[in-house]
This record gives sequence, structure tokens and C-alpha cells, in this order.
Amino acid sequence: MTMQTLSLAPWLVATPLIGAALLLLVGRRSDRWGHWLGVLASTATFVIGLVILLDMLAADPDQRVGVHTVASWIDVGPLQVDVGFQVDPLSMTFVMLITLVGSLIHLYSVAYMSHDRDRRRFFAYLNLFVAAMLLLVLADSYLLLFVGWEGVGLASFLLIGFWDHHLPNAVAGKKAFVMNRVGDMGLIAAMMLMLATFGGVDFSTVLGSAGAADQGTTTAIGLLLLLAACGKSAQLPLQAWLGDAMAGPTPVSALIHAATMVTAGVYLLVRSGPVLEAAPDAQLVIAVVGALTLLFGAVVGCAKDDIKKALAASTMSQIGYMMLAAGLGPVGYAFAIFHLVTHGFFKAGLFLGAGSVMHAMDDDVNMRRFGGLARLLPVTAITMGLGWLAILGVPPFSGFYSKDKIIEAAFVGEGWRPWVFGTVALLGAGITAYYMSRLFFMTFMGRRRWVTELAGGAGREGGSDGTPVRHPHESPWLMTLPMIVLAVGSVGLGFALNAGERFVHFLEPVTGHAEHHDPVLPIWLIITLTLTLVAAGLALAFVQYAMRPVPTTPPPAPAVVRAARVDLHQDDVNEAVVMLPGKVLTRSLVFADRTAVDAGWLGLAGGVGRFGTWLRGLQSGYVRQYAAMTLGGLGVIVLVIWLFSGQGAS
Amino acid sequence: MSGGEEVLFWVLAPLMVIAAAGLLVVRRAVHAAVCVVFVMIGLAVLYVAQEAPFLGIVQVVVYTGAVMMLFLFVLMLVGVDAADSLTETIRGQRWIGVLLGLGLAAVLLGVVAQATFPPSVGLEQANAVTNPVALARVLLGEYVVAMEVVGILLVTAALAGLVLTHRRRLGKKPTQRALAEAKVALLPTGRHLTPLPAPGVYAQNNAMDTPALGPDGRPLDHSVPRVLRIRGQQRSATELLTAEETLVERRQGSDDVAPARSDRPEEETR
Amino acid sequence: MDLVNYLYLASILFALGATTVLLRRNAIVVFMGIELMLNATNLALVTFARMHGDITGQVLAFFVMVVAAAEVVVGLAIIVTIFRARRSASVDDVNLLKS
Repeated sequence: MTMQTLSLAPWLVATPLIGAALLLLVGRRSDRWGHWLGVLASTATFVIGLVILLDMLAADPDQRVGVHTVASWIDVGPLQVDVGFQVDPLSMTFVMLITLVGSLIHLYSVAYMSHDRDRRRFFAYLNLFVAAMLLLVLADSYLLLFVGWEGVGLASFLLIGFWDHHLPNAVAGKKAFVMNRVGDMGLIAAMMLMLATFGGVDFSTVLGSAGAADQGTTTAIGLLLLLAACGKSAQLPLQAWLGDAMAGPTPVSALIHAATMVTAGVYLLVRSGPVLEAAPDAQLVIAVVGALTLLFGAVVGCAKDDIKKALAASTMSQIGYMMLAAGLGPVGYAFAIFHLVTHGFFKAGLFLGAGSVMHAMDDDVNMRRFGGLARLLPVTAITMGLGWLAILGVPPFSGFYSKDKIIEAAFVGEGWRPWVFGTVALLGAGITAYYMSRLFFMTFMGRRRWVTELAGGAGREGGSDGTPVRHPHESPWLMTLPMIVLAVGSVGLGFALNAGERFVHFLEPVTGHAEHHDPVLPIWLIITLTLTLVAAGLALAFVQYAMRPVPTTPPPAPAVVRAARVDLHQDDVNEAVVMLPGKVLTRSLVFADRTAVDAGWLGLAGGVGRFGTWLRGLQSGYVRQYAAMTLGGLGVIVLVIWLFSGQGAS
Repeated sequence: MSGGEEVLFWVLAPLMVIAAAGLLVVRRAVHAAVCVVFVMIGLAVLYVAQEAPFLGIVQVVVYTGAVMMLFLFVLMLVGVDAADSLTETIRGQRWIGVLLGLGLAAVLLGVVAQATFPPSVGLEQANAVTNPVALARVLLGEYVVAMEVVGILLVTAALAGLVLTHRRRLGKKPTQRALAEAKVALLPTGRHLTPLPAPGVYAQNNAMDTPALGPDGRPLDHSVPRVLRIRGQQRSATELLTAEETLVERRQGSDDVAPARSDRPEEETR
Repeated sequence: MDLVNYLYLASILFALGATTVLLRRNAIVVFMGIELMLNATNLALVTFARMHGDITGQVLAFFVMVVAAAEVVVGLAIIVTIFRARRSASVDDVNLLKS
């Protein structure tokens, strides 16, 4: 039985795109109802996706891959690119994640942004974001994927810098955009290589013939794709934009971290699986990058006091897990996507919870001024708590199933690799437990580090010891409802999808069937070790942040912590490694341009000018001189004619 | 090619060249015009000699008769006597001009000398029906359109001449009364109501440069045209009267008649 | 006598006319130089007509005369106008072409 609903695929992209276009073009007239149009567009997309998914599930597993070609896009000789939509289990997984989580975030934003006069524009950008991401995952060629890829970059730029009246926000948007461009160069270069090697950029051509290609070429393509993925997914060394991207409104952060944007890199790598399998070296580099980022994000997350930045670091770390899994080959692809889906749910829940906390605390993000909020924000506390347990990997929450699989897969292999990657994954789980518990305890447990009223009736920030005045309250139902839905996903999704390895089998038409290998350690030992480390991290955080009082200002700390507080000096490294040499290069180029190129041309221009000035002297205005010149010219002409043609006659 | 024509050519050609060269060296424009007239008449003669009698006549009528007269009119308008300074004001222009002229002459002469011409045919056959008729047949047959166009051109040129030289009247046209009143108003400044006195008429002299004598016997300076006075070409009355007296004395000596001119005025010179 | 002599004469007259244009400052004399050049060509045309036994040369000369007459009218009118405005007939005084 084949899929009947394949032709609906273009509407997945078109619906939110139309929503965005309407909202942007109708303008202020739609201010009153624009946000509901945005929600409607997003939800409608989800419904369309659901219809296609149900149809797909009804089809035979070998019939679940389809391409719906809409039109021919580029038709130049040997290069043929169509506008086509790839509908298969992988893309549909992403469609469901993006549209479901996206719709929930849309709903949440209705309340969260209710006081913003530009709410309609915000929803237009959200719709654009969803549309671009859907185009990215549904494209049937790298070139069309690139369109979505750039659309995601544009939408993230617009949303991160949404409150661009405040300069740092605009700068953060620009930073995200510029760092993404670096990755984009990788994708462009990869496409060039594909075109040169395989003669096409559509998935069927490239992935079909990747195995037969030269290994050096596939390695190069793989590394370039990795560069692209690093840019979008905030992996080392292009991770610096993610923390600053918290400048955007919190729903945007949730969208970027859970459903769109950062997952694009993982999607790209999993989609390009056949290419990577033909390039073991590239796979190794991907796994190394994933492992490094995993640790990097975890370390940074431990030191952040900003609730959103701590979550951002956590995202970086979790994406690191996915990259690590993607670098492990077919055995890891399904787990990478599995973790991506569960992570999408609990990270969206965590971010929305953080938004709810900020909503309650007058947009404060510093966890050192939170504390004891569990009683006042019960729904937020419970939903975030469930998300917290999920990301920790506590059974039977979602994170346990997905993360544990990745850790197990990391231990599979021969030589040094399983030991190194496995240990890193294990360590990461422990550190994750620590910093996520720290976040939860600092926010919801412990003593209140704020007051509802000052004795002297001073201003909001008026406490003599910096204790702020707050009036926390639970968020409206429009905000809590999405959080509850996401929390339910965080709890049950892992179990539901893992039952009978359902999800892995679902993805098999795309990722291919992976032979089962036993890890170098017994599975029960791995699980035990993981849970032990998680428990240790949790306990440490509980002792530090729930039992002992938390200072409202960061206490003096060893160098490692100080470095982690400033993102392990990532910006300084970027400036020293990239910006300064670049500056020197451009300066010297400018100098060379001025002294050599410009001087040459200016000299030429000056020469022409001087010649003209001299020539102008001939323009005396005296008719007789002009007549003399005319006569001289005539004489020359007659002479030439005489000499060159008259000779023959004489 | 008769011998007569050859003689004619060798007589006329050097003269024409000399006249044309005169254009370069004479100082007064009138003299230049005379030189050109000479060249043109010479050309007319040569045309007639070259079996083009019609053109010869037209040359005389149009060029010498009309064009050159037009030149002379304009010269008179501009100032017939003004002599040009032949000193060159643009640096190097003289040498450039001379060199270019010589170069042009050399090139043209060289071209003519180099060229190979077919044996002369002569126009006896073409002029069989007389030259004007033959000319008219071509002109009004083959070239009739060009002829009409040239006619239009001439009309346009005439109009252009009118328009270019037309002066717009800036004020109201003065009436006769206004002119008379203006003259009367100017009397105190020494102007005349009447026309100026005519130059003097003497026994032996009757010319523009001789002043008339007033009722009081004094010479009237303003009876001589202003231009002559300014140029100093006026003859003094004394000189004339002396000449008259000499004549009278001579007559006296022969005829014994002595007219007494004791009341001769003191001569007045500029 | 060779008819070429007429052509030599025409060449010399033409060159003299051209030189007049270059050397004389009085606009009227310059104009006479131009007339001289036109006449020289006419002589050449008449000579060619005789050489080839074709009356067309004379027709051309005739046209040259007519056009020259038109040109003289306009040219002299311009000279008169300039003279009225500037009290001078020197071509060097009319150097407004500069700048």
C-alpha cells in the first residue's frame, strides 16, 4: 500500500509561509487577531503532518519513502534540480516534532508576548521559522535544503534580535547570523564538491552513489557537512552564538533549542549518513566534536547563573550527545534522532518553564535571586521538574531511554574509541545531572532570595543587600497548558517510542538496519554506572544548592569555574584566533589596496587628467587655431590616402 | 587646346596667383576685396576659355557682381578704411599657418602630379546644342530635385540674412513732432535746427574737404564732414584763399583787375 | 597645353585661400579666403568637366556657386551682427568658444 497523502507535503511548508506572509503584508491592521492566525497556521500544519504520518504508518515499511516533485527548479544542462519534497520516516519525525512543539510554543507566546506591541510581527517570524525549518527537513536535495537552511538562519536572526531597540540584542542576532554564515560556507562548499563528484545535489543521486566515490572526496564532503552542522547546531568551534542567542524572547529560545535551528545540523548529518559511512575519518571527527561539545556545554552549564544561559549550555551539551551518536555510524543515527525528539520535548518544556519563572520574577534571569518558588509556581515547578528528571535520564522518563542508548552505543566498537567516547558520555551524564539539578534547586528550592515587600518601601531593586522585590504568580493557562503537554511528552514519550524498539524500526527505511553489536562493557554495568553518576551529581547539587544557602552574588571560585562563567573564554578565543588575524589581513589588504592598486589607478587617472589639462590648452577659443587644426587633420588624411591607396594608381 | 588658350592661361594664371597672394599681405580689407575681384574675373575668363561660357557669365554676375558687392557693402558698414594690423597676436599661428599652407599646396600639387588623367575629351560634343542649353538639360533633368532644394536654400538664406541683421526696436518709434521738439530742446547746447552747412565752393575748389565761409567770412568747420576732420584731411581756408589770391594776382597782372580782399579773415586751422 | 595646369592653378589658389583663413584676423578677409577656396574648386570642376567631356562638372560648379552665395548672405549677416555687438570684425575677439 502506497502513501496517498504525498501530495499534501508542499502544504506543510506553504501553510506557515502563507501565515507569515499574511501577517507581514497585512501589517498593523492584523494586530488584534494576528497572533491567533499564527497559531492557526502552525496548528494546521501539525494537522496536515499528522494526516501524512497516519497514512505513512498505514503503509508498508518499504513504501514509506516517497518524493513529491512540484516543479523543475534549475534546469541547466547536466544540472537538474527539482523542487521536491522528501517524505520519509526521518523527515516526518522532524515534521511532527517541529509542528507539535512549534504549535505549543506559538500558543505559549500568545500569552507570553501579550504586552508586546509587536506581537503580530513576532508571530510572523515564528511562522517563518517553522516554514523554513519544514522546508529544510522536507527538501529532496541539498540545494533546496539550503534554502530552508538560510531561511532558518534569517528567522533566527530576526527573532534573536527581536527586541532590537536594545543594542546587545541586535548584536546577539548579528553574532548568530555571522557564525551561521561560516557554517553555510561549509554547506555551499560541500554542494560544490557533490556537484563535481556526483553531478547532482539531490539526495537520491548523492546518497545513492556515495559508496562508490573516492574516500578522500567523501571525507572532504563529510567534514564540510560537519562544518555546516557545527554552525547551525552550535558545536565546537562555532558554538559561541548559542549563549548570546538567549537575548531573544524566551519562546524563541525554546523554538531554537527544541524544535528548529539547532536540530538542523543533526538532521543534516543523519540525512547524509551514506556519505559519512563512506568517510570513516569524517565520522571520527564528528564523534570527537560531539564529545568535546558535550563536555564543553556541561562545564559551562555548571557555572552559569543565568537560567536561560544554563539551559542553552545544556542544549549545546545534549546536541553534543546527538552529534556523538551521529558520528558512531548507523548504530547511532536512530538514537541521535530518538534523543533529539525526546530532548525537543523536555528542553522545550524547560525553556517554557524558565519563561514562566521569568514572567513571575519581572523578567529576571539570575537564579541567585530566585529560590523557594515551588510553592508559588506549582504548575511551573512540576512541569519543569518532570523535564529536569527527563534530561537527567532518570528511569522511566524519556531521557533515560534515549540518552542511555547513546551511552551504550558509545561503548560499542574496537580499540580506544569505545572507552574514550563511552567515558565522555558517562561523565557528561553525571555533569548534566549536577548542573540541571543546580538549576532546579536554585530556582524552586531553598530559601527565598527575594522579598515581596521592603520594610522601607524602597524601589524594586531596593534591598540593601541586593535583595529584589518580587511578586511571583503562576502564569495564565495559555502558558501552562503547553508546558503540561510537553511535560507529559517528557514523561511518556521515551517509553512509548522505545517499546519494542518501535522508533528505531520506524526510522530504518532511512537510517538503514544496524547490526546489533555488544558494547565493550555489559549493558547492566553501563546503566548502573550512568545512574550512579546521575545520582551523585544530583546529590552534590542538592547539598550545595538546596541545603546550604545560596549567595546572591557569585562567590570567589577557582580558575576553572571563573572560566566557565565566561563560557570558557570562547569569545576571547574567537577574537584571538579569527578576528585579530582577520583584522590584520584586512588592514594589510586595505594598505596594499591604497598604496598599490589605488595609487596605480589614481596615477593613471591623474595622468589622463594632466593630459586633458594640456589638451585643454589647445582649446584657445581662437577660430583660426581651430581652422589650423582642421586643415592639419585634412592634410594628414589626404596624405594617408595618397600614400596608402594612391600609390597603386600612380 | 589652342595656342591662344595657352597664352591666355600663362598670362592670367601668374596674375591671379599674385592677386590671391595679395589677399595675404594687403592691409586694407578693401584692397583684399579688389584682389579677390581680380581673381574672380580671371576665373570667369578661364571658364569661358574652358568651354563653359555660361558659368563664366554667372561667375561675373553672381560673384563679382553680387557677392563681392555684398562684401563691399559690409566693408563700408564696418569701416572701409580701417587697416588691419598684420602683426600676429596668437603665438606661433603665423608659422603654423604658413607651414600648413605650404604643406597643403605641396600635398595638392603632389596629388595632381601623381594622378593619371585620361586623355582630354573636350566638350564639343556635349556643347553641341550650346553650352547653356546642355547645362540646363542636365540641371533641370537629372538634378532637378537638387536644383529645387538649392532654391529653397537660397530663400532660407535670404530670410536668415534678414533675421540676423534685424534690429529690434527698443523704444517707441519717435514721431516727427517729438524729433522736432528734441532738436529745439537741444539748441542751448549748440546744436543746429537746420542741416549742417555744405562744404565751401570756391573758384578753383569744390570738394568735401574745403570748409565753407560763414556770413562773417570766417570758415565754418562743421561744414566739413566729421570723418575728414577727425582724420586731419581737412584743408584750411587760408590755404585755399591764398591760392585764390595768387590766381587773382596773376589775373591782375594780365588783365589789370584787382579785387580788394582787405577784410580777409585770420585763417583758422585746427 | 595640358589641362593639368588648370588643376595646378586651382591647387595653388586653394592653398592660398586656406592660408588666408589661417593668417588674417579680419572676419571679412577670412571670408574672402573661403570664397577663394570655393572658386578654386570650381575651377577644378570645370576643368574635370572638360577633361571627361561631361557637362555634369559644370553643373556641380554651378551648385557650388549657389550654395556659396547663400553662405555669403548668412556669413556676412553674422559678421554684421557681431560687429554691431562688439564694434570689431576680428575673429580673435570672438573666442567665446573657450570655456
